[in-house]
Amino acid sequence: MQRTTMDLWVGLFVVMGIVALMILSLKVGNLNVYNPSQSYVISGNFENIGGLKVRAPVKSAGVVVGRVTDIQFSTQTYDAVVTMNMDSRYLFPKDTFASILTSGLLGEQYIGLAAGGDEVMLKDGDKIMKTNSAMVLEELIGRFLFNKAAEDDSK
Amino acid sequence: MPKRIVTGIRNIGHRVIDGVWRLGVASRFFLLVLFKSGTSLHRFNLVIRELYFTGVLSLIIIVVSGLFVGMVLGLQGYETLQKYGSESAVGTLVALSLVRELGPVVAALLFASRAGSAITAEIGLMKATEQLSAMSMMAVDPVARVVAPRFWSGVISMPLLAAIFSVMGVFGGYLVTVVFIGVDEGSFWSQMQDSVDFRFDIMNGFIKSCYFGVAVTAIAVFEGYDAPPTAEGVSGATTRTVVTSSLVILGLDFILTAFMFRGVS
Repeated sequence: MQRTTMDLWVGLFVVMGIVALMILSLKVGNLNVYNPSQSYVISGNFENIGGLKVRAPVKSAGVVVGRVTDIQFSTQTYDAVVTMNMDSRYLFPKDTFASILTSGLLGEQYIGLAAGGDEVMLKDGDKIMKTNSAMVLEELIGRFLFNKAAEDDSK
Repeated sequence: MPKRIVTGIRNIGHRVIDGVWRLGVASRFFLLVLFKSGTSLHRFNLVIRELYFTGVLSLIIIVVSGLFVGMVLGLQGYETLQKYGSESAVGTLVALSLVRELGPVVAALLFASRAGSAITAEIGLMKATEQLSAMSMMAVDPVARVVAPRFWSGVISMPLLAAIFSVMGVFGGYLVTVVFIGVDEGSFWSQMQDSVDFRFDIMNGFIKSCYFGVAVTAIAVFEGYDAPPTAEGVSGATTRTVVTSSLVILGLDFILTAFMFRGVS
């Protein structure tokens, strides 16, 4: 084989290896940047987001209508501010109800939207006012045990 | 004590002493290769030529194996996780398995079988046909001219091959779970990105593959250089390269994993 051809193949191999390392770092690892397209951004404050992750789906009637793009902690209200990137094809009324739900027993958490009856639609930069926090198993068990103890005391 | 038992114990003793002696010879040879690497790195064309044989020609087996390993991981992971309704975590399972373990280890095993055996056979045959002696006669150092470029080509190509293997595996997992089965694409990537840590997973996998590259090529060049100059000797050396490399890779993997992922869940 000619030396130039061999050099070309080796060069291609090294480029492939470097590209593979970059894909591992940016796409598989958590060094990526999310680029939304044709969308509008809304946000919502949640008391507890549980295990909600960035890029988790936002669903309505089981259909993915957007994605979570950012989760921050608010030092003013002491709750979580979740920013969602919504597909511009789907518009929701201003009084839409957002809940953090879990798919299956051990499944991922996502935001479920239940459309309200308002005629004014949510637009870019708006905030969802009606939110419901994630179900935290520890809290539920704690509440159950507390109620049980209260019942026993009253008897 | 019966004579047969005494002979058996003596043979075991001889084998142990031979093993330790051979390890000493191999270590001395490894240091010699490192010492004489300056000349070959100065003439980098020699390394580029060997990179073609060790890296480029190993690509097909690495790409195809990576793809299928990822596809199988995706399928098996989905089958198990869907019972618990957490099939979207399949991305995490595929990526962590590949980046932490299977990428570096399986790629190194394949590399030992494909490139390591070829290096041993080539150097062994050069010795059997007295090409190495001829070089020495012409005042060309065979370690600097033949062994060192092959060693460095293996060290360079191994991490690149392991990265390509991991990426192909992730692609295979994506193909099976997202494209064929229909797991949500966003969840597949988000759960994966949430679980795979750049420093602990990707960098440690990369460092592992560098160690495997050094180990496999060091064994391959030593076995080739040390091979008895006969057809039987070369074939034996080639077999020893694959067997020893595979065992060293697995043993080294355990030690490196214990060091790297201690305290990391």
